[in-house]
Amino acid sequence: MSQIKSLPDLKKKREELKTGLINAIESKNQVQVKVAMATCGIASGAKPIMEFFMEQLEKRNIPAVVTQTGCMGYCYAEPTVEVKLPGQDPVVYGFVDLKRADQIIEKYIKTGELVDGIIPVNYETIDSKE
Amino acid sequence: MSKYTMHLMVCGGTSCNSAESDVIVCNLRDEIDAKGLSDKVQVITTGCFGFCGKGPIVKVMPDNIIYVQVKPEDTQTIIEEHVIKGRKVERLLYRDPKTNEIVGDSKHMSVFKKQLRIVLRNCGVINPENIDEYIARDGYQALGKVLTEMTPGQVINVVKDSGQRGRGGAGFPTGLKWDIASKNKADQKYVVCNADEGDPGAFMDRSVLEGDPHSVLEAMAICGYSIGASEGLIYVRAEYPMAIRRLKIAINQAHEYGLLGKDIFGKGFNFDITLRYGAGAFVCGEETALIHSMEGLRGEPTIKPPFPAQSGYLGKPTNVNNVETFAAIPVIILQGAEWFSKIGTEKSKGTKVFALAGKINNVGLIEVPMGTTLREIIFQIGGGIRNGKKFKAVQTGGPSGGCLTEKHLDMPIDFDNLIAAGSMMGSGGMIVMDEDNCMVSVAKFFLDFMVDESCGKCAPCRIGNKRLHELLSRICDGKGIPEDLDRLRNMSLVIKDTALCGLGQSSPNPVLSTLDNFMNEYEAHVKDKKCPAGECKNLMEYVVNEENCVGCTACARVCPVNAISGQRKEVHHIDPTICIKCGACKEKCKFDAIFIR
Amino acid sequence: METIKLTIDTKEVEVPKGTTINKAAKKLGIDIPTLCYMELKDMNIENKPGGCRLCVVEVQKRRNLAPSCSTNCEEGMVILTHTPRVLNARRTVMEFILSDHPKDCLVCPKSGNCELQSMAHRLGIRDIPGQEYAEMSTYRKDFSPSIIRDLDKCIMCRRCETMCNTVQTVGALSAVNRGFMAAVAPAFEQNLEFSTCTYCGQCVAVCPTGALTEVNHVPNVLRALADPTKTVIVQTAPAVRAALGEMFGMKPGTLVTGKMVTALRSLGFNYIFDTDFAADLTIMEEGTEFLDRLNRHLKGDKTARMPILTSCCPGWVNFFEEYFPDLKDVPSTSKSPQQMFGAIAKTYFADKIKVDRKDLVVVSIMPCLAKKYECQREEFSTDGNRDVDFSISTRELGEFIKQANIDLNNLEEGEFDDPMGESTGAGVIFGTTGGVIEAAVRTAYELQTGKKLERLDFTELRGLKGVRSATIDFDGLPINIGIAHGLGNARKLLDDVRAGKSQFHAIEVMACPGGCIGGGGQPLHHGNSEIIKARAAAIYAEDKSKPLRKSHENPFIIKLYKEFLDKPNSEKAHHLLHTKYFDKKKKIIVKQ
Repeated sequence: MSQIKSLPDLKKKREELKTGLINAIESKNQVQVKVAMATCGIASGAKPIMEFFMEQLEKRNIPAVVTQTGCMGYCYAEPTVEVKLPGQDPVVYGFVDLKRADQIIEKYIKTGELVDGIIPVNYETIDSKE
Repeated sequence: MSKYTMHLMVCGGTSCNSAESDVIVCNLRDEIDAKGLSDKVQVITTGCFGFCGKGPIVKVMPDNIIYVQVKPEDTQTIIEEHVIKGRKVERLLYRDPKTNEIVGDSKHMSVFKKQLRIVLRNCGVINPENIDEYIARDGYQALGKVLTEMTPGQVINVVKDSGQRGRGGAGFPTGLKWDIASKNKADQKYVVCNADEGDPGAFMDRSVLEGDPHSVLEAMAICGYSIGASEGLIYVRAEYPMAIRRLKIAINQAHEYGLLGKDIFGKGFNFDITLRYGAGAFVCGEETALIHSMEGLRGEPTIKPPFPAQSGYLGKPTNVNNVETFAAIPVIILQGAEWFSKIGTEKSKGTKVFALAGKINNVGLIEVPMGTTLREIIFQIGGGIRNGKKFKAVQTGGPSGGCLTEKHLDMPIDFDNLIAAGSMMGSGGMIVMDEDNCMVSVAKFFLDFMVDESCGKCAPCRIGNKRLHELLSRICDGKGIPEDLDRLRNMSLVIKDTALCGLGQSSPNPVLSTLDNFMNEYEAHVKDKKCPAGECKNLMEYVVNEENCVGCTACARVCPVNAISGQRKEVHHIDPTICIKCGACKEKCKFDAIFIR
Repeated sequence: METIKLTIDTKEVEVPKGTTINKAAKKLGIDIPTLCYMELKDMNIENKPGGCRLCVVEVQKRRNLAPSCSTNCEEGMVILTHTPRVLNARRTVMEFILSDHPKDCLVCPKSGNCELQSMAHRLGIRDIPGQEYAEMSTYRKDFSPSIIRDLDKCIMCRRCETMCNTVQTVGALSAVNRGFMAAVAPAFEQNLEFSTCTYCGQCVAVCPTGALTEVNHVPNVLRALADPTKTVIVQTAPAVRAALGEMFGMKPGTLVTGKMVTALRSLGFNYIFDTDFAADLTIMEEGTEFLDRLNRHLKGDKTARMPILTSCCPGWVNFFEEYFPDLKDVPSTSKSPQQMFGAIAKTYFADKIKVDRKDLVVVSIMPCLAKKYECQREEFSTDGNRDVDFSISTRELGEFIKQANIDLNNLEEGEFDDPMGESTGAGVIFGTTGGVIEAAVRTAYELQTGKKLERLDFTELRGLKGVRSATIDFDGLPINIGIAHGLGNARKLLDDVRAGKSQFHAIEVMACPGGCIGGGGQPLHHGNSEIIKARAAAIYAEDKSKPLRKSHENPFIIKLYKEFLDKPNSEKAHHLLHTKYFDKKKKIIVKQ
């Protein structure tokens, strides 16, 4: 990794990363799957879910990026998974077990058909506040 | 792509479910089938919308229309009017309570804007183990800005002007704290991040460290630059392995990018961060105890002054802030003090993360602007009380906070209001209690925790809390006498007045606030020897209702201690001297013939 | 100095900046009660954990009551020390403390001398609410050769911890466990015996309650006295006579040498001797050893290590065996006066009176608790018979005298017996810090230079400063002397020795602050350092009053060498009067 030695350096890096990350995913028409993997998520079984997504998306030939992320705040609905289809708003699914994970791949990711267990977004972010 | 052109999203949250949202789903599906729309319209259940007061909720997508208080018999109308004819069903639309105007579009409903995520801005969004994702979301821009464009004094002024107050519990103004630390001259100073989250049920710090570790590192470096410290220490609970792992990864990555270490941003500023592990003592969240623990000494508080800003870690000026306090700093720097100070109340700016727990539907981590009411948090965001029970109290401020009641529900939450109401902000735990919770037992529960966690240094906390706990236990056991209530109050007030540190001074809060708000329950315990909530086992008696008992013997067979006697087809009796109050008989009885007296 | 004005109980007072409220109040004659706070003025010893919370006062405009021991005065402060709120808080906290304290005052070793007991009395506590069902924190009792720990009686004042860690740097005691079960204990909750404890007894000296007490050997002594087959002799250390009177209501600093002798005689001891005689003997041995080393050193002999360290303090010996075993060839090999006395008593004197050593019981009266351990050391016995059989403290003696309904005040002055009752002023000053080295200088000077010493009072070696140094002119040869009292101060000098930086030729160390007069076995000072100063003054007064003030002029010493020992550091002297040291660095022993 190269060192960042000045603020302009950092700004450049940010722009590269922003466009890079987004473009790479969008241009390859990739599905983005984020699994909430804080301690609480893991404790309620997020790890096998994440493994399932990684394995199965590859097996089923769906171009996708599966990453871990922190706590989404929906403790009552763990494990939680956010799925973003190319060009669409992300959707968060709660109570994801292997069966629901399979449904999410088969129905939502493959056909865009919604699956039970969506968690409605009920917060604002700094970006939307601006 | 999806074959469906329309989705009907029905809230399947516990609250809506108990108001027959499951029937609504069935009805909607039947109607759709009947109308032959099943390949065009899909009905799905969702998690809680956080709008339980107006449930059940049905949201129509992509029109983004929300129907509230829908009844099973309304489904036909929704299908016929909205789905088929494209006309909104006016009577089911949400009206803004202030203007009484119909709000059709959910995007304009303030109820969905209760939460604002500043501290949690990246949690659940970025991969915490990848610094690039943090940088892509403006990570380290604030540090760059500070080092490149601002003097330490300017940074402190921004933090001061923002009105940010410490999120660790006491609410000391962050900028002022930095200012004091910056003004104390020393060859070495330290920035300490207090990540010794110890309140039972609070986990906001853990979530931030696990979900967005870089925000804390960045803020610590900013603080270091402002006060003139080149070393940072994070005191994190050893029971947080995931947080520790991600912090380590984050520190390494920041080093590789040169965002920590020597000559950061080529501005000659050096800053390093190391981790220190706490062994799980609640009192080590108190800053002087925390510093002693880091020094390898017994984790117990000392009297302030001297404040850590004067003489802290290794006797050097030390600035201690909590994880949540730090996590907001980069945003304050980038968005500006004015932006931040517009959020919240007059004296408490910004947002606060709460861990919602207890008898509430949506147990979870939420972040709301200061000034949000308890009602909004509990009944909207939290989805109300589980199983449709009645709200009784909410404990804020962790084990040493106080219990607030119905009458406090519309009080805007900030540091000062909570203290005025006899509770406190604490680290932001919020435990909701319903009608089944005995408030004496609640006070006893929290005292039990304080007895365990007292360090033992000062007499009022070491012995006084033990005595409070003993007395509460006796009251719960039915051994209390009316005079005990005066003693309880006096001991509590004295402990509050004389204990050495914040832990001891606040430990009687659960007793005092329950005495203030639930005196009737205490009196019932000591005078009538009854526990109104039916929680105190020694104060209840299982009795057979002779009219209902048919003599089926089911209860006698299930009783583990053979306390129930009676012939077949004759009325049974429970011997209270043998009964252990396990409740098995009551559960087994099909005739509602066993009740608690 | 910057001063501030404030009001306490409507009276104005002006104090230097940084003064705490309790001290400002004291200036006005207001004595705010406390159980944990303790200051030994001019000795740099202060314990203020702010733990007992009895000293709380109301400070106007403050939300909570403030602990006056650890709250600094501020300009314009308005303080009230006895409002109903304060009194109620104080009483309630005292009730808390008492609710977790055993009520066996009747048989408690501290009864009558217990600060908790007096405080309960002072605050007028007559009832402890909820006592019938209040759970008590309990802890196993721990017996060591010198000290008994009964932590059921501990009130967590942390004075012992301050003495053990901050003052003595021994680190044997610190708080363990938390909350209601918190206690002060050695690491890993081992017994004191297996800890780094030196038995200096400073913890006992400051303990306000019966949690830390000495092992009581009075019953053993009584049994020996009652046994007609035994000849029981007693030696009394120099510091005892300067403090014993306090237990009988006398002013601190009252010398009771003669009365003490009479009391001991009426208690039934067959011979009353003086440890001061053995102190003179120590000077002969240690002084000779010092000069030998010094002269070899001056001639360039690399095996002659400088400085020499005194070795008469058993707490100090325990300390360097624990912490500086690598330096165990640096201290003088001379035994302590107590043990020299025992060695001579059980050989020379036993022969003289024709009593088998097994039938001769040697009792020592010491200001010290480490002496109890010292006399039990294996190397100080022959065929299982100890040179000194029992060591009892000044406090134990005082209690013994009271039990025998003897009123010390009304006794006639008695005289020590011959021959081992004879001593010089040099032997007397062993009882205070700086005294051993001053005594050594008086003798070493004359032996080294062959000239008569004109000035006998070396005031430059006296005082209460923790570490002192002086250069004494040995007729053109400058001798650098270091003095430390309190083991923390000793550690500083020892660190220098270990690092090869020490410029001293001789160093005197006494484990207890003030020397033996402040010993762990002395009547309790309850935090008043004036008492220790008065005892020191008494010691120097006795020295001054003696006709002989140099050890080598003691006629019995001269006779003893002539008749029995040949000369200082002779083979026989080595056999009887010298010892060796051991590496006792503790290995961690987990739970016995």
